[in-house]
Amino acid sequence: MSKLVPIPSNSFIPERDLDKVPILEAKRLGITFGGLKAVEDFNLTIGRTEIAGLIGPNGAGKTTVFNLLTKVYQPTTGTILLDGKDTAGMNTAQVNHAGIARTFQNIRLFSALSVEDNVKIGLHNEIGSGMWSDIFRLPRHWKSEKIAHERALELLSIFHMQDMANKQAGSLPYGAQRRLEIVRALATNPSILLLDEPAAGMNPSETSELMDNIRSIRDTFQIAVLLIEHDMSLVMGICEGICVLNYGRVIAKGEPDEIKNNPTVIEAYLGKKGAK
Amino acid sequence: MKKLSRNAKSNAVTYAIVVAFFVVMTVLSSTGHLSNSLTGQLIPICVYICMAVSLNLTVGILGELSLGHAGFMSVGAFSGVIVAMSLQSAISSGPVRLILAILVGAIMAAVVGVLVGVPVLRLRGDYLAIVTLAFGEIIKNIINNLYVGYDANGLHIRLLRVLPKTELTDGFLIINGPQGATGITKLSTFPAGILLVLFTLFVVLNLIQSRSGRAIMAIRDNRIAAESVGINITKYKLMAFVVSAALAGMAGALYAMNFTGVAATKFDFNTSILVLVFVVLGGMGNIRGSIIAAAILYTLPELLRAVNDYRMLFYAIVLIVVMLVTNNPTMKAGLAAVGTALKGVFMKTVPVPEEGGDGDE
Amino acid sequence: MSFLTSLINGISLGSVYAIIALGYTMVYGIAKMLNFAHGDVIMVGAYMCFCAMNYWGLPPIVGILVAIAVCTVLGIVIEKLAYKPLRQASSLAVLITAIGVSYFLQNAALLIFSANQKSFPSVVNLPNVTLFGGRLSVTAIAIATVVTSAVIMVALTLFVSKSKTGKAMRAVSEDKEAAQLMGINVNGTISVTFAIGSGLAAIAGVLYLSAYPNLVPTTGSMPGIKAFTAAVFGGIGSIPGAMLGGILLGVIEILGKAYISSQLSDAIVFAVLIIVLLIKPTGLLGKKISEKV
Repeated sequence: MSKLVPIPSNSFIPERDLDKVPILEAKRLGITFGGLKAVEDFNLTIGRTEIAGLIGPNGAGKTTVFNLLTKVYQPTTGTILLDGKDTAGMNTAQVNHAGIARTFQNIRLFSALSVEDNVKIGLHNEIGSGMWSDIFRLPRHWKSEKIAHERALELLSIFHMQDMANKQAGSLPYGAQRRLEIVRALATNPSILLLDEPAAGMNPSETSELMDNIRSIRDTFQIAVLLIEHDMSLVMGICEGICVLNYGRVIAKGEPDEIKNNPTVIEAYLGKKGAK
Repeated sequence: MKKLSRNAKSNAVTYAIVVAFFVVMTVLSSTGHLSNSLTGQLIPICVYICMAVSLNLTVGILGELSLGHAGFMSVGAFSGVIVAMSLQSAISSGPVRLILAILVGAIMAAVVGVLVGVPVLRLRGDYLAIVTLAFGEIIKNIINNLYVGYDANGLHIRLLRVLPKTELTDGFLIINGPQGATGITKLSTFPAGILLVLFTLFVVLNLIQSRSGRAIMAIRDNRIAAESVGINITKYKLMAFVVSAALAGMAGALYAMNFTGVAATKFDFNTSILVLVFVVLGGMGNIRGSIIAAAILYTLPELLRAVNDYRMLFYAIVLIVVMLVTNNPTMKAGLAAVGTALKGVFMKTVPVPEEGGDGDE
Repeated sequence: MSFLTSLINGISLGSVYAIIALGYTMVYGIAKMLNFAHGDVIMVGAYMCFCAMNYWGLPPIVGILVAIAVCTVLGIVIEKLAYKPLRQASSLAVLITAIGVSYFLQNAALLIFSANQKSFPSVVNLPNVTLFGGRLSVTAIAIATVVTSAVIMVALTLFVSKSKTGKAMRAVSEDKEAAQLMGINVNGTISVTFAIGSGLAAIAGVLYLSAYPNLVPTTGSMPGIKAFTAAVFGGIGSIPGAMLGGILLGVIEILGKAYISSQLSDAIVFAVLIIVLLIKPTGLLGKKISEKV
């Protein structure tokens, strides 16, 4: 694992990503819900192929950060640079098109549709025919359906799920649903993948398999990963950089070892007594 | 490619049912086994099948409740009538004029579909439903006050002001306000109706089983997830809504060309509701179910002629009982055994999500 | 002065819409369903009052009481037989059932009373009220309608905010499960809501028919749709919203008829509704709904 090194904008990214523009830069991001500052002054920089973690106690605002990055919520303040380009004015779909894909804490699959269709929907902007060729079954329709089918099975094979392709998504076991969400997100060909509690509900052996999967996804697709997770073995095991959030503010940033021993972080998790 | 062939097989069965219906009805009527009133209903049955299938695209596939589908039918009906009647001298062939009427009906209904859809589809749930209802009523109200005539100088269109026949030089009135369209030459035929049903099925089934259809169903199943994978929500909602409207417009044109006269009040809220009942009883998102439900329920009052005065009351009771039996857990369980036998017939072609299955925290 | 007359007539018609809309909105708030049969309860109420006055020779006030009693019971029975078994079903299933109930009521009325139009005798037989030396003339029924509605609205607001049952109603509409856990009789509360809504529909029916006396089995449909629109206009589920929506709708309808076009008055009403919903997607006083991600 490479070391985080400082870059001109006062943040850190892995050494190997140094010669490239950071994939994601959030600057002074904030949102207010009816007077309550849910997230405030949030700054984060993620390198091209970095695996980063976003942790913090329940209610710290982690999912809200994801919702801001993906424009499910419009930020009240701050800017988000994706591959150096400002995403202001974009909606969720456009942000996805620009390169951010995500999964959800409470799984959001198209549960009535088949596993394969879920992935094909992820491929929507990658491979496609228009309405007229779809309705009148023009050659373009058949061609793109064939490519989408093959590509979907290929992506499902990352998690060895190709045999489940015809199953209804909602009928899959919990862990498989989480993995399917990752496949669907990957299908959109992102440059950064946001995973919201990917290991929730998984047992230790599934979790360790997931860790390998996340690493291999990063290596194969050469993309960055930002994940929210409560399972510290996963976070400390695969993240190169970690950002700790509490009450909507960043209280610490750094490499796993620094975070583990940071007294402010320990205090946030365990209370003042625990810190002593 | 197992999935594709499964769809193809299911589609073939659906088309076959329609063709079989056509063959049986034609044989029955040519051998004199079909009552006059039932023969007269063959075209309306086709029309209502098209209406139900097209509404299912909005309600079952897109998942938005529309209470104004008859409005699009009305637009198609009257624009179709205008086209067919003004081309009467120019084009002598009836079938050609019928096709043109249906095409123009579809285009006009699609245009109105865009005008209605753009504002309406921003709303959610019951609010969307009430606005579609409102648009349906507005369309009815406007056409009810529309006066259209045709003469040597072309079309004369007026809103609110009566167009007296004397103002037309050697021409005729096509739409006369509340009286509606009169003096229509009947052009619709049962085979034309069946062809329109097949065309409607072709469009809807192909659309559903494609990239566009998947995007539409994704929006229905989980809007936020659909957005997160880059689907343009507005575009696909509008696509479903407008295709649905255009198909209803075609059905409307066919309907109007089946009578010598038709008034705007025919296409009111009750007609929209009638079609919605077909869709819901046939199964949301279940295209084959829509066809069967429309055919049976449309003829049911006719079949209940034995109980004459009580038939509509009976129809209401059947409707309530069916809803209770199919939706109440206890009654459903008791019916499960019978249900398995029937499932083969009403097999779902398109999966539909469970109600409120979105387990948000 | 004709403007003032129109305005008063509009408020009067709007008051009727408001009373009907209250039934829609209360039922929606508590059972989360669009009770399409509500409009037909108006018709039943009107027929009952008509029978009491015309066939049994009872005085108007007794006729109104008969109508209220019958409709209240009818509301409870409909809920118990048709809607209660569908508590867990999809809202669309309930909607279709409600449509079935609506067909049932209309066709039952058709069998009993035939399709022949009956002329409803006004329950208020007083001369028109003239003001400003005869320049302003308002029918007595218009004034009676406005006064009755005002009383109903005040009483209902007090009932919902102060009484134990009213509080239970608010609790159930907020969260059915939580209300049940707090020991509230949810089924009982829903019955009461239907009873009140239907009783109000009876009053609305009598008032509406006194002003527009054509009584046929489909009489309830149009005011029903308008009131439903009014409820959505004001923000469905909100009691003050239903009152505001109803009155505004009535005023827009009558003023639209008088000053824009009498033939297109329905189109105008619905167009205003659409514009309002586009600006405020949950109605004038509706709560903003947001989805948690």
